[in-house]
Amino acid sequence: MKYLLLIYGAPPAEPPTPEAIEAEMNTYWDYEKAVAEAGVKLGSEALQGTETATTVEVRADGERVVTDGPFAETREILGGYYLLDVPDLDAALDWAARCPGSHNGNRIEVRPIQEFEAP
Amino acid sequence: MSDGRAAGSVEAVFREERGRLLAALVRQFGDLDLAEEVASDAVTAALERWPVDGVPARPGAWLLTTARRRAVDVLRRDRAYAARLAVLAAEADRAEPPGPAVDDDVPDERLRLFFTCCHPALAPPDRVALTLRCLAGLSTPEVARAFLQPTATAAQRIVRAKKKIRAARIPFRVPQAHELPDRLPGVLGVLYVIFTEGYAASTGDDLVRADLCAEAIRLTRILRRLLPREREAAGLLALMLLIDARRAARTGPDGTPVLLEHQDRALWDPVAIAEGRSLVVEALTGGTPGGYALQAAIAACHVEAADVATTDWPQVVALYDVLARVAPSPLVELNRAVAVAMRDGPAAGLPLLDALEGDRRLRGHHLLPAARADLLRRLDRRAEAAQAYRAALELVGNEPERRYLRRRLAEVSSPTPRPAAGGSSAAPGAG
Repeated sequence: MKYLLLIYGAPPAEPPTPEAIEAEMNTYWDYEKAVAEAGVKLGSEALQGTETATTVEVRADGERVVTDGPFAETREILGGYYLLDVPDLDAALDWAARCPGSHNGNRIEVRPIQEFEAP
Repeated sequence: MSDGRAAGSVEAVFREERGRLLAALVRQFGDLDLAEEVASDAVTAALERWPVDGVPARPGAWLLTTARRRAVDVLRRDRAYAARLAVLAAEADRAEPPGPAVDDDVPDERLRLFFTCCHPALAPPDRVALTLRCLAGLSTPEVARAFLQPTATAAQRIVRAKKKIRAARIPFRVPQAHELPDRLPGVLGVLYVIFTEGYAASTGDDLVRADLCAEAIRLTRILRRLLPREREAAGLLALMLLIDARRAARTGPDGTPVLLEHQDRALWDPVAIAEGRSLVVEALTGGTPGGYALQAAIAACHVEAADVATTDWPQVVALYDVLARVAPSPLVELNRAVAVAMRDGPAAGLPLLDALEGDRRLRGHHLLPAARADLLRRLDRRAEAAQAYRAALELVGNEPERRYLRRRLAEVSSPTPRPAAGGSSAAPGAG
């Protein structure tokens, strides 16, 4: 079963120091290694900040509306994701708990992937 | 078992067998909806056949065989469904060997079902509803009545929980030893909620609600048997037994609560007390005791004393001290204050209650003003006591409690002072 681990967190009030960035990157490299070795990772990416986000909506009349920023202003923003293939929700929750994205005030939302029958 | 059994007792068999039957079917087919459907079909078949043919020698095995055949029929009709379930079942078989086969040849897989129904990924009220439905075998209207909800609400909770189990694939598995500290409290919490709901209702005349205590005890007994090494399961069972043992003495003929100090101790159930006490010893032995074991130990202090005056209040206070560290909560502090008042006199309890004023978690609850009122009454500070009783009356939700508070308010408002009597009504442990 596939699950998407959505990593949410509040953007830091001040820019992190290079040492802090490196320390965080190292925890992610360890985790990347763990999911790869376990053979459960289908994909993973980190997102740039919401200041780089652009929202697109095509209205009923066909008008394309492009706006600066994320579609909803919230304190916690989506920072990245892991797409995993594991046997069940317990396994997905275990991987979420091991991920640095669920530590230090950040949280992970675990969502099962919708499977469609082949046509 | 002989065929002399009446149709009425067939229902009783189902109550016992249903949870085990359902768990065995879920284990085999990996799908709660299918398991429920074919379990119901098997029960319907039994209700038709058993009064005619007699109750089979092994009713559980009969039900399981009948339900399995029916499940195979359902799966034959629906190939896509069958293919999906086959994958699930294969994965489950790879993961773990089947549970131990006990009497009746029906393997006891209920532990898995406990952990699924009480999974932290389900909303807490949904866990309670699903546990009552799947493990206690209550019908959906019974689940609704148990928690004073419309049937539609209970049905919605059960449907939502089952849908999430299927869609997010919440597994039917027993957590491993290292996971139990995280997972067991959730299961025990659900059983405790069922018990306290029954306890709160036992002064009323709704038998389904009052029966919840017996149901919670039955389920906790099963859980304890399946997890013999988990001391908190023993602690919770002890707590329930020791509280429930006082049931007959807890209310007067008109349903008004009778405080511990006025209860007729001859009405307490000696069998439940004996079992509860031996479980307390077991639950407290080895390592730091858990919250349920400590509450059970406090309940044991109450039942071991001949009356309130000779209760070992220093011991009760000491147990609350530990409980406040292991499982801190304002309700524990409140009960501790009441125990201190019993040990050192009401004046010693008052400042401890004052310290709880303003705690958001007690706001809107009658327990704090009611406890204050009782201490003030015992100190003969009648005007303040009356004020506190009035504050408690504004918040109390339960009719017998309301009657008790009104009676006390009338006492402290009457012109002639009465001799001060001790006691206070607080959380289940004290009542």
